[in-house]
Amino acid sequence: MERKTLIRSRRKKWRVDRITWFDYFNVILLALLSLTFILPFLTVAGSSLLGYEESVRRGTIRVIFPESPDFACYRILLGRNSAVYRGYFITILRVIVGTTLNLLFTGTMSYGLSKRSLPGKNTLTTIVFFTMLFSGGLIPNYLLYQLLGITNTFWVMILPLLINPWWMFIMRNFFREIPDSIEESALIDGASPFRIFFVIIIPLSAASFATIGMFYAVMHWNAWFDAAVFITNTKLYPVQVLMRNVVLSATSTDLNNEVLSGFYNKPPTNALKSAMIVVSTLPILAIYPFIQKYFVKGMVVGSIKG
Amino acid sequence: MAKTSMLLPKKGRRWSAVRRHMPYYLLILPGLVWFIIFKYVPMYGVSIAFKNVTPFETVEDMMRSPFIGFKHFKTFINSYYFEILMRNTLEISLLRLVFGFPMPLIFALLLNEVRNNRYKKIVQTISYLPHFISWVVVSGLVTMIVTTDGGLINNLLVLMGREEIYFLGDPRYFRSVLIISGIWKELGWNTIIYLAAITGIDTQLYEAAVVDGCGRFRRAIHITLPGIANIVTILLIFSIGGLLDAGFEQIMLLYSEPVYDVADIIDTYVYRKGMIEMNYSFSTAVGLFKSVIAMALIIIANVTAKLFGREGLW
Repeated sequence: MERKTLIRSRRKKWRVDRITWFDYFNVILLALLSLTFILPFLTVAGSSLLGYEESVRRGTIRVIFPESPDFACYRILLGRNSAVYRGYFITILRVIVGTTLNLLFTGTMSYGLSKRSLPGKNTLTTIVFFTMLFSGGLIPNYLLYQLLGITNTFWVMILPLLINPWWMFIMRNFFREIPDSIEESALIDGASPFRIFFVIIIPLSAASFATIGMFYAVMHWNAWFDAAVFITNTKLYPVQVLMRNVVLSATSTDLNNEVLSGFYNKPPTNALKSAMIVVSTLPILAIYPFIQKYFVKGMVVGSIKG
Repeated sequence: MAKTSMLLPKKGRRWSAVRRHMPYYLLILPGLVWFIIFKYVPMYGVSIAFKNVTPFETVEDMMRSPFIGFKHFKTFINSYYFEILMRNTLEISLLRLVFGFPMPLIFALLLNEVRNNRYKKIVQTISYLPHFISWVVVSGLVTMIVTTDGGLINNLLVLMGREEIYFLGDPRYFRSVLIISGIWKELGWNTIIYLAAITGIDTQLYEAAVVDGCGRFRRAIHITLPGIANIVTILLIFSIGGLLDAGFEQIMLLYSEPVYDVADIIDTYVYRKGMIEMNYSFSTAVGLFKSVIAMALIIIANVTAKLFGREGLW
C-alpha cells in the first residue's frame, strides 16, 4: 500500500520535468561507467584467445582482440588431468561444507540470542561483540591452527570462519521479527525449543537463511589468503590459489603438463594467464544475475538494522 | 508457571528463568565454544608479543617462555621503518577516503535521476558485479590491463605516442593503481546504502518543492542530499574506525619489492615478518600495536557518532 503510493508519486514527480540535456548526459555517462565495469573482462577474454602463430606475427603487444581465435589455452586448462578440475572440486566442496556449517552455527547461536527474555543475554552479546573490536592477529591464529592440527588440511578453510559476528547479529534481528505468538503456541502444544527451531523457525526464515547463506558462500568462493598461507599441499588448493599461482608465475607448467608438453608451439603466457582468469570467473559471472538481488536485500536490511 | 516463579525469592526466580531457557543456552553453546576457541584463545596467544619465542618451540613452550616486557614494541617504534609503515598506511587510507568516499554518493545521485527504471536497474546490476569478484581475480585483471606486455592501458599510451609505464613496479604510479582498482571494485556496491536512504525520503517534500517551482537540480541539492546527510555522516565517522585498514589483501596481491616504500602497510609487514621471516614475537607485537590503535579509533568513532546525536555501534 505504502509502496504503491510511493511509486505513483514518483511517477508524478517525473511527469512535471521536461527532458533536458542533463538526461542525455546522464544516460551516456552511466553507459560509459557501465562499460568500464565490463571492459576489463572483455579484454582479458579477448587476450585469452591469442594463439602462438598470431603472437609471433603481430607481437603480443597491441593485440587485444585476436583475428583468429585460438582455444589452445582452454585445451590446456580444461584438458584431461588439469589441476583446474581438482581446484574446482576443492572450491565447491569448501562452499558446500563451509556454508552448511556456517548456517548451522550462526543460525543456532543467533536464534538463542534472539530471545529477549534470555538471562545473561547482554553478557553473551558482549562476548561476541568484543571480537569485532579486537582480534589476536595473524601469528596467534596460526599457532592456534597448528595446535589444533588443522594447518595444511581442508578444515583450516572451514573452522576458523564458522561465524561472522556481523552476519550473526543480522540474523538475530531477522529472528526477532518472527511473532512470538507462533513459538508460544508451539510451546503450549508441547514442542521443545529445538523442535521449534528446526521444524518451525528454519522453514519460516528460509529467506534470511538464503541471504546469509549466500554471503557465506561468496566469502568461501572468493577466499584466497587462508588457503594460500595455511595450506602447502597443492592437492588442497582451491581455484583462487591456482589462479593466483598462474598469474604470478610466468611458466605455470605444473597445471597440466600432459597437455602442455603436447604443444610444439606453446601459447603466449599472457594468453594462458588470461584464460585462467576467465576459467575461474565464468561460473560466478553466470550465476551472478540471479543471485545479486538477494545480496542487495541483505545489504539493505543489514545496514539499516545492524 | 509464571505465577509460581513470581512467588519465589529473587534469586530463585532468576534460577528458574535460566532453567526455563536451558534449550536456548544449548543452542547458543556451540557458537559460544567456537568464539572462545577461535577468537579468545588467540587473544591470550597475543602474550607472545611480550616474549621471545622461536618457530622451533612447541606452542606449550611458547606459553611457558619468560616475559621480556615491551622490547619488541620499542624496537618497532624506534626503527626507521616505523615511520614509512605508518605513513603508507595512513596515506593510502586517506587517499581512498578522499577519492573513494564521494564517488558512490555522486553515482547514487546520478542513478536517482534516471527516468527509465529498467535502464537504472541494468546499470546498477552491472556496477555491483566487481564486488562479487575476489581480489585474486581483480588483481589478475589489473595485472593484465596495466602490463607492459600488451596490456590495454599501455597499448593506449603507445597509440598516443607516449612511453610505456610499468605501473605495478613504479612507486610513482602504484598507489593510483591501488586507489582506482579499489574504487572500481566497490563503487556500485557502496551506492546501495545511499539509494536505500533516498527511497526513504518523504515524497511529499518533492511534491511541495515542485509546487514551489523547484527544478530537478535544486531538488537534488535541497531535498535528496539533506535526506541522506544522516547516513553520509555515519559512514564518514565510521571510516575513522577503519583508518588503519588500508586494504591488506589487495596490496598483498599487487605489491612487489620495488614499491615497498609506498605500498608496505602494517598488515603486510606483519605478514612478512611473521609468516615469511618467522619472527613470531616481533610480528605479533606489531599486530598488537595496530589492533590497540584500531580499537581506540573505533571507540572514538562511536563516541563521535553519539556526540552528533546518531546511534552508535553500541
